[in-house]
Amino acid sequence: MFNFRKPKNELELILKQGKKNTPTIPDEMFTSCPGCSASILSEELIESLNVCLKCGHHFKISARQRLNALADAGSFDELFGDMESENLLGFPEYEKKLHNAKLATAENEAVICGTCEIGGNPTAVFIMEGDFMMGSMGTVVGEKITRLFEHALKMRLPVVGYTISGGARMQEGILSLMQMAKTSGAVMRHGNAGLLYIAVLTNPTTGGVTASFAMEGDMVIAEPGALICFAGPRVIAQTTRQKLPPGFQTAEFLLEKGFIDAIVPRKEHKNTIAKLLYMHRGASE
Amino acid sequence: MKAIEYVYAARHKNRPTGMAYIRNIFTDFIELHGDRRFGDDRAIVGGIAMFCDMPVTVIAIEKGTDTKERVSRNFGSVHPEGYRKALRLMKQAEKFKRPVICFIDTAGAFCGIGAEERGQGQAIAENLGSMMELRVPIISILIGEGGSGGALALGVANSVWMLEKAVYSVISPEGCASILFKDPQKAEIAAENLKLTARDLFGLGVIERIIPEKNTESVFNIIKKQLKAELERLIAKSGDELREERYNKFRGIGC
Ligand SMILES: [Zn+2]
Repeated sequence: MFNFRKPKNELELILKQGKKNTPTIPDEMFTSCPGCSASILSEELIESLNVCLKCGHHFKISARQRLNALADAGSFDELFGDMESENLLGFPEYEKKLHNAKLATAENEAVICGTCEIGGNPTAVFIMEGDFMMGSMGTVVGEKITRLFEHALKMRLPVVGYTISGGARMQEGILSLMQMAKTSGAVMRHGNAGLLYIAVLTNPTTGGVTASFAMEGDMVIAEPGALICFAGPRVIAQTTRQKLPPGFQTAEFLLEKGFIDAIVPRKEHKNTIAKLLYMHRGASE
Repeated sequence: MKAIEYVYAARHKNRPTGMAYIRNIFTDFIELHGDRRFGDDRAIVGGIAMFCDMPVTVIAIEKGTDTKERVSRNFGSVHPEGYRKALRLMKQAEKFKRPVICFIDTAGAFCGIGAEERGQGQAIAENLGSMMELRVPIISILIGEGGSGGALALGVANSVWMLEKAVYSVISPEGCASILFKDPQKAEIAAENLKLTARDLFGLGVIERIIPEKNTESVFNIIKKQLKAELERLIAKSGDELREERYNKFRGIGC
């Protein structure tokens, strides 16, 4: 059905426009790199997928920017994009936080789902948006990811999933915790059908997301320097009153401890993922 | 009773802990130790026991009953090797076709350097996925505190029950208050809003049954009676049906 009505508010307008003109130009001309303190021309930074050209520091990048860098041009079809969270438990201030998150990100929720091609390989994809309430997982995030795995199972597609998350969304209480079980069940069903799931962990991936679908990939890849943990370093330092070892809970630390398969710099993601998808193309037949 | 009072009741040091349930509900319990990977986490007690003439696998988080034991059990905060031990015993139960009964009572999975080094997140994730797939009945009972992912790691069951004064939450009220309200003193407000009591969770469709708490003896008796009936219902189902039922239970939570 067509819908000719005008956007009814500022938010809707931003949501409509925001999805089209993805890489937003920062206000400042230069960005200072926390890795090497160099001043980088902001335009250059966008061009390099928000990776410092001098030291390789990975700045944060929006989910839409990632998607543009990953999916073959024009191949992305968004799924479940209209789903929006409700204040199911009547939690104080939740509506306001959702509203602000929508304004800040021009997204409806903390994950984008859909199908696309990566280097010509058809795949289902989900990309979490860290600026939407810290990428926290509530019922809509859990439902969208579950539906994506179910859709991929039906269509016999692999799944490529990018995680960035502060964990479960407190404002949805126990319902958000249950999304960990729900998504894990969907990942298992997809995997049992012999289908591939590549998880890409980005900075930061923590809490309930780490303890569910982030760690359930057939292959788990991480971005250099990404914080990946269940309990955050601050909580651990407070609880145990111990000094944390250098590099604790970074991607490099997890690689050493045997919990991830590889660390792949952002600019090599598309190529590496396309190769992996190609090597597993038989799985989808 | 206010929500925060349920939280305090669930944490009370005189509340029966995991082992008391094992001793009073089952017979002939034989404890089985170790995860075969790293060590034996004493925060989790697991093994085989008899129930109504039938062998069952029993797994309980144990907080300990006196100071010395509490320390040795890490106050019921489980390390990855504890979750891996539990999973090993669940897979053993699947092999020998016996049901699994879990008793949950933890402030949360342990937050520490060793726990993170050994993959706390990965261990919990693996339990969630594997429990979803298990081909034998699983019943999980929250007897005290249900602290977040550390509780859910034993909670992906066909039936989840809660004692009347147990709580189950995504975060502790104190943690929630300090993050969201920037004031740990507001735990009372957080507890109210988190909807963490048995009655709340029953209303939200997260649990199937509330076990009333008249006295300790009556709790054991009610659990015995309900377990018998529920196991009869579940044992009649095939492995595929059990998995389907479990998936659909969690699939339906949320929106
Ligand atoms: Zn730099």
